[in-house]
Amino acid sequence: MLFLQCSGGLELLCDSVKIHKVNVEQQKGVEKLTMKDLLTWVRTNLIKERPEMFMKGDTVRPGVLVLVNDCDWELSGLLNTTLEENDVVVFISTLHGG
Amino acid sequence: MESNSRDASAILREIEALKATRNEIDSKISALEAQLREIKLQNGNDNGVLNNGSCPPISGLDSGFGHGLTPQMIYRYSRHLLLPSFGVQGQSNLLKSSILVVGAGGLGSPALLYLAACGVGRLGIVDHDVVELNNMHRQIIHTEEYIGQPKVKSAAAACLSINSTIKIVEHKEALLASNALEILSQYDIVVDATDNAPSRYMISDCCVVLGKPLVSGAAVGLEGQLTVYNYNGGPCYRCLFPTPPPSTACQRCSDSGVLGVVPGVIGCLQALEAIKIASAIGEPLSRRMLLFDALSGRMRIVKIRGRSLQCEVCGENTTFSKQQFQEFDYEKFTQTPLSPAPLKLNLLQADSRISGKEFKERIDNEEAHVLVDVRPEHHFKIVSLPRSLNIPLPSLEARLAEISSALEKKEDETNSGSGAQLYVVCRRGNDSQRAVQYLHKMGFTSAKDIIGGIEGCARDVDPNLPMY
Repeated sequence: MLFLQCSGGLELLCDSVKIHKVNVEQQKGVEKLTMKDLLTWVRTNLIKERPEMFMKGDTVRPGVLVLVNDCDWELSGLLNTTLEENDVVVFISTLHGG
Repeated sequence: MESNSRDASAILREIEALKATRNEIDSKISALEAQLREIKLQNGNDNGVLNNGSCPPISGLDSGFGHGLTPQMIYRYSRHLLLPSFGVQGQSNLLKSSILVVGAGGLGSPALLYLAACGVGRLGIVDHDVVELNNMHRQIIHTEEYIGQPKVKSAAAACLSINSTIKIVEHKEALLASNALEILSQYDIVVDATDNAPSRYMISDCCVVLGKPLVSGAAVGLEGQLTVYNYNGGPCYRCLFPTPPPSTACQRCSDSGVLGVVPGVIGCLQALEAIKIASAIGEPLSRRMLLFDALSGRMRIVKIRGRSLQCEVCGENTTFSKQQFQEFDYEKFTQTPLSPAPLKLNLLQADSRISGKEFKERIDNEEAHVLVDVRPEHHFKIVSLPRSLNIPLPSLEARLAEISSALEKKEDETNSGSGAQLYVVCRRGNDSQRAVQYLHKMGFTSAKDIIGGIEGCARDVDPNLPMY
């Protein structure tokens, strides 16, 4: 099980729900789930509208920060970051307003 | 009617004139008060203690306590001085520092109030906007009497009324790549309290070029974000966001709404970070970002990347210079205008559009029609035109049958034979054009949009319609 959170407006793409507890099935023969797998899963199963507001190519669109256990995914290997049971993954769109 | 409106405008003019006079008197009074304080300070008798020749002051000859704080400063900032981790050194540092706040809006308001109160030596304010009634719920530095006046003027007056001993610098202009270097270079620390993407890139780049720490805050809806850029080896804005987001992903308070206290919380935290950097205490929020979710009452601090070696502005092999900065087109880069004026689309032929005035004439002539309002439901609840049918734009496709049956019903009722007209309205006249474009494609070829939307009608046709 993983805990996913969408905020900064990204929750609007998934029926305005911010927190999701999800079970992502791993492909057979693959040992660990990566962020790349998770993004594909999120795009198919969680994003209900305007997927281009969430992803660009095989990664998140510019302006979206990804945090794995409260840590920028840039520090853990971006798409290659491996995920463990109960990890918390946050997708946050940067805000500009004030 | 006519003479009434003339009377009203005469009264308004008189009110304006009187307000101007009052402001003039107010500023004269505060100037004189400042002079008086100066004189008292020089005479050293501001607490009513007279120093006569027979009893020399305990403190010695020239109020030298070895730290440069005057007795008045010691009294004013005593609660700061009592903090062991802040103390005389922290306050002295603060008094010697200069901080620039860009934007006197929802974030800038509390930030400026605290920075003025705490004794930042020189406090600059940049803003080109004027105070409006719909700012008041969150931009708490401004008061009703300043509506219509420059925000910088209003904010400066508020800061001075809290602390007249600091220097306030008014920059009543929009911050642009052409003037940013000149303005930012006069300060030690920059606080980004703006409300749009191009300004955020521009301010960050300028801080990198000048080597200034940047306290960056943002808030929309019920969420806020805060971090410190370009400080002590930490990242700049571009290290984090090398590519700007699509302009459609940038929510604005004027479209998405914002709970007033949310930018208030973030603005206060921006003041705190600026104070920490200026006084050299604590650990500024560099390489970390604070995320605030007001609705769930959660604040989390997350670890973010350090300076990126590949960053185009602050990276290892970059050559980004002052000149390149001045020539950089931030509006083109972010596909967003620096001073966000409402978008004005022009998608339709003139004969598919109708002005609010003409629309009113047609209803007054009891023309058979159906009016579809394509705004979101919560907008429709704020204000709507009489007898309009609310079908939010995203659900238009699924609800075309409702429009068809409404048109048929109208035709039956009136028996006009010529068919009922179909009009579409929204807030400002953009979504209505998108809707009409779609309706044309789906066979509703006579559909017309109301130019300028409800806001246009409020401006040109019925001043009793509320604006929001």
